[in-house]
Amino acid sequence: MSKSTSRDALAKYMEKRIAKIREERRLPPKVIEELESKVKDLEISKKEFDEICNIIIESYEHSLVEPGEAVGTVAAQSIGEPGTQMTLRTFHYAGVAELSVTQGLPRLIEIVDARNNPSTPTMTIHLADEYAQDRTEARRIARNIEMVLVESVASNFSIDLIRQAIDIRLDKDLMEDKGVTTEDVASAIQEKIKGKGEVEADEYLVSIYSMSEDLTDLQRLNEKIREIRVKGIDDVNHVVIRKESDGYVLYTEGSNLQDALEVEGVNPHKIFTNNLMEIYEILGIEATRNAIINEAMSVLNEQGMDVDVRHIILVADMMTADGAIRQIGRHGISGSKNSALARAAFEVTIKHLLGAGIAGTRDPLRGITENVILGQLIPLGTGSIDLLMNPQAVTKQ
Amino acid sequence: MLPTQTTKKIDAIEFGLLSPDDIRKMSVAQIVVADTFDEDGYPIESGIMDTRLGVIDPGQRCKTCGNRVGNCPGHFGHIELARPVMHAGYAKVIHKVLRATCRECSRILLTEEEIDYYTRLFKQYPEIGQKTANLSKDILKRCAKVKVCPHCGEEQLKLKLEKPTSIYEIGEAGSVRLTPIDIRARLENISDDDYRLLGINPNAARLEWSILTVLAVPPVTVRPSITLESGVRSEDDLSHKLIDIIRINQRLRENLDAGAPQLIVEDLWELLQYHVTTYFDNAVSGIPPARHRSGRALRTLAQRLKGKEGRFRSNLSGKRVDFSARTVISPDPNLSMNEVGVPEQIAKILTIPQRVTTWNIEEMKQLVIRGPDQHPGANYLIRTDGRRVDLRFVKDRTIIADTIEPGFIVERHLDTGDIVLFNRQPSLHRMSIMAHEVRVMPYRTFRLSLFVCPPYNADFDGDEMNLHVPQSEEARAEARVLMRVQEQILSPRFGGPIIGALQDYISAAFLLTRKSSLFTETRVNQLLATAGYSGELPPPAILNPVKLWTGKQIFSVFIPGGISLSFKANICRKCKVCTKEDCEYDSYVVIRDGELIFGVVDERAFGAGEADSLFHRIIKEKGPTTARKFLDSVGRLLVRLITDRGFTMGLDDVSLPREVEQRIKIILEKANEKVEQLIETYRRGELDANPGQTLLETLEQRIQATLAEARDSAGAVAGEHLGLENAAVIMAQTGARGSRLNLSQMAAVVGQQSVRGGRISRGYQGRTLPHFERGDLGARARGFVTSSYKSGLDPIEYWFHAAGGREGLVDTAVRTSTSGYMQRRLMTALQDLKVESDGTVRTAPGRIVQFRFGDDGVDPSKSDHGRSVNIDIAIEKVLGKRKE
Repeated sequence: MSKSTSRDALAKYMEKRIAKIREERRLPPKVIEELESKVKDLEISKKEFDEICNIIIESYEHSLVEPGEAVGTVAAQSIGEPGTQMTLRTFHYAGVAELSVTQGLPRLIEIVDARNNPSTPTMTIHLADEYAQDRTEARRIARNIEMVLVESVASNFSIDLIRQAIDIRLDKDLMEDKGVTTEDVASAIQEKIKGKGEVEADEYLVSIYSMSEDLTDLQRLNEKIREIRVKGIDDVNHVVIRKESDGYVLYTEGSNLQDALEVEGVNPHKIFTNNLMEIYEILGIEATRNAIINEAMSVLNEQGMDVDVRHIILVADMMTADGAIRQIGRHGISGSKNSALARAAFEVTIKHLLGAGIAGTRDPLRGITENVILGQLIPLGTGSIDLLMNPQAVTKQ
Repeated sequence: MLPTQTTKKIDAIEFGLLSPDDIRKMSVAQIVVADTFDEDGYPIESGIMDTRLGVIDPGQRCKTCGNRVGNCPGHFGHIELARPVMHAGYAKVIHKVLRATCRECSRILLTEEEIDYYTRLFKQYPEIGQKTANLSKDILKRCAKVKVCPHCGEEQLKLKLEKPTSIYEIGEAGSVRLTPIDIRARLENISDDDYRLLGINPNAARLEWSILTVLAVPPVTVRPSITLESGVRSEDDLSHKLIDIIRINQRLRENLDAGAPQLIVEDLWELLQYHVTTYFDNAVSGIPPARHRSGRALRTLAQRLKGKEGRFRSNLSGKRVDFSARTVISPDPNLSMNEVGVPEQIAKILTIPQRVTTWNIEEMKQLVIRGPDQHPGANYLIRTDGRRVDLRFVKDRTIIADTIEPGFIVERHLDTGDIVLFNRQPSLHRMSIMAHEVRVMPYRTFRLSLFVCPPYNADFDGDEMNLHVPQSEEARAEARVLMRVQEQILSPRFGGPIIGALQDYISAAFLLTRKSSLFTETRVNQLLATAGYSGELPPPAILNPVKLWTGKQIFSVFIPGGISLSFKANICRKCKVCTKEDCEYDSYVVIRDGELIFGVVDERAFGAGEADSLFHRIIKEKGPTTARKFLDSVGRLLVRLITDRGFTMGLDDVSLPREVEQRIKIILEKANEKVEQLIETYRRGELDANPGQTLLETLEQRIQATLAEARDSAGAVAGEHLGLENAAVIMAQTGARGSRLNLSQMAAVVGQQSVRGGRISRGYQGRTLPHFERGDLGARARGFVTSSYKSGLDPIEYWFHAAGGREGLVDTAVRTSTSGYMQRRLMTALQDLKVESDGTVRTAPGRIVQFRFGDDGVDPSKSDHGRSVNIDIAIEKVLGKRKE
């Protein structure tokens, strides 16, 4: 009996101590969590527990960055150095053979460049819990996402000059595969061309009568109709369904986060896109920061590069610190530096020098490049502190 | 004794334009003659090489400062331009400003209210940390749209900038070109306040100064002429350009004085503008670049500054240094990783200034007596009055040695034990420059320990490395404390050891620690002695009939006590059920309190770049010095072991018995048949396409899969017959070098060659080589190599192999340049970031980027493979105590 009470007392004590550590922020939350779970099943005394806590706190404090540390430079090196070993090729996505995704160095450059459009936009869509295990439901949702153009279900387009009409013969198999009916096609066309023509639907045949007598108008209408979207969401050209440990997941070729979020049956908390700009516009800067970290990390891991997250977090924070995405390069961070000398030393030298001249800029020389240019101590590491020893004081002792 | 000299620090730099008056004031000579030297070779008075501008020939004296070459800094002159010309670089700004100001009253085209509004914003912006430059941009844009001047009511005309330097005013009657005189007149009238709103700081620069009336002539020291061997002088490009400018300027002036017709004057004016424009920047679009007589484009001011070879990147951001050396590197397994072998010849040139004190005076005297030619000697002696004595020219050094007293500085030779920086390009990370202790050695290469090859990415196929000698006590202290190799073992990239064993060390460690390795007392003594061990021998594992020690015991001697861990070795076969300690291959490593109990030591245990390995644990728990000693002594031991034992690979290691070769042949033939069948079904149109793929893509994928499988199973068959004693197998399994794929390529089949990620398909129309039928999709026709490297490739296979290899080479070349550029951009973007004393990460101007670095404030290089704290070890430490 006494054993169980002492255990209870210990558990209570542990809880208290951990709560105190948490309160005082002596350890990061993740470490506290790990400590809690690991200590729980151990047969230890109060003293031993205290000792463990002390060792952990001490070793955490030992591992902290020192003031003056050139974290930026180290981050840049840590990401840049493995770059020489990465592939230049677009590989097929692990498992999903049909989708090719830009990876390796080109993708990494794309991320730090904060390009508006990635070369291979793609989304990963998880389904709402109730559909996640159901293959037919997954297929249905996939069909609602995949963009179907009139062109992609039609077997033949023809212009009937006598009737001033465009006849579209629809392919029955394709229609069934994509889950589209003739009426869908007809109404989609009707909606898009509105005043320009009349739409008549027959079984697997849609005819459009042009309002205009002009033949070139008819031609133009024909071209336009081909591109009309019947079903799905814009820019998503292809959807692949994969069974994963937690249910069916959709992978798309092409990305349209805004519309995908509104599709019925998807889990809006678990939609990912590799288009950073889209994330920024729809979910904001914090989400973009996380996306940069995740994307960069997965690119590096995929290539087997072991890089600490903290470096990537720093890059992501630097890119997003302003509230908008800033590129790493002359149109972003490097181009908006305060020092004209630093900008001139990077790229487009003359422009920055002339600009500084006319604006009468004052360069306070707080950065690295400026001080290197002037041959002075740089304000980093041991150069960022002034410490002088008084030898007389030492001898007195 | 505090250093008495004060170091001056530049606090800030202000930029601005030189006004015509400034130029005249700083000028020492007006230049009017478009010529350089007279027949006697003397500079012409008022010419471009006037001696008042400084001197470049030895022996001459500068007329302005009286100094000779080297001491005379050079002095500016000036040219009075007959007519003003525009500075091409400011044409855009001028155009914008003209558009934003009234053509009549030169006021800014804003109403008084708007001016008030913006003035207020101008005051507020800096307070909220915004740049006023953006405001000015706004104003310029806004003003450009104004049609009528709000101040005088004058109607504004459209202005068009014709690049590079012409501005046209488009009126109803047609467009009129504004001459620089007109433009200057307008700009002069703009008030200081208006300039401020337009983003021009009138205290530093008034825009009319960019319409040049006077041109500064840079000193001759900036544009030295060179004398060729033939005695012909060759002038600098800038001098050429200045001569052109003066010549045209004089002609223009003469014509103006003579009252020449408007047309001629305008032509000359235009020409002067051209010369001045190209003098500043010879790559302005819209005009042809000025050329040298030989047809080469001149390198004028802008070209001198711009780009990789320009002043900024080549001379200001990167500087050349003294006290450095460079030579070929070669390996020396007997060196500690903290050391570098320096050739005596180099040690005699590189010096360290050492102050003479009462404690070292005798030693210093000896060094001076030994002089510059004997190795531990000295090259220079600096007296207390600052006079420098070159010991090369001292007849009797004993005499000068007697004059030495405390306070002198002896520039002594580099010697064993000194600390130096060692570097290999490309310097991709901080471990590319590390501090080593010098070991002066004979011969002419730098020697280094093999353990530092991974961080430098060095090999010995002709690599060269650089060495720098820190000259101040502070620099040496920093080098020793922060930059020494042992302090850099843990990489900040992933928080694991980047330094570690490689290649033969790993093979040797495996050979040493596997179960079958037993050593006699003599052998054990030999091995431990080479490693520098001087303690007691552990009790032998076998006592009878002779005393024998296991390799594990020998290895354990060097593992520091208190280290306990277990992990799976590199040779692990990844069985479905791991039997742990009972592993059949001895691949489950258990180390208990510094004792290797089970398992073999291979790459996983102490390889370079292996996180969570034995070596990683040692450095985390026992510190860098212990870790260094461990690796150094184990290294020496392993080298001795493998040199005594011998370890080599030959043709025999990749030879297979005939019947095995037959089996491989059958596998390949079957695969080929299968490929033919696939092609046949495809031809008949009976192939089912994979979802999302065309028929051809499907076929291609299936063929590739078939062939890859064939290669794998052929490799597996070969692998069965290459026993564990096979050197190549040992290397592949332990992770020392090579892979199983390399092995099967040598022994069994080379496999598919690829270009652009697929089978080779290009070359001729519909075929890769004329040896095949058009449209042949078969394995051989698309680059499948059935031979092995051992059997040799036939000509067609050889060709495909070369094609695949070429792509690899091109790929590497492209990759280095793109990744280099990415790293340079990352670097410039992030280099100003630093952790402040409050733990925040801030940019140079002090803006906070992170409140704590990496969200938990942990330095990755001090982390345990990314984890801030290794809780398991903390628990282990405490619970371990209990058992005692």
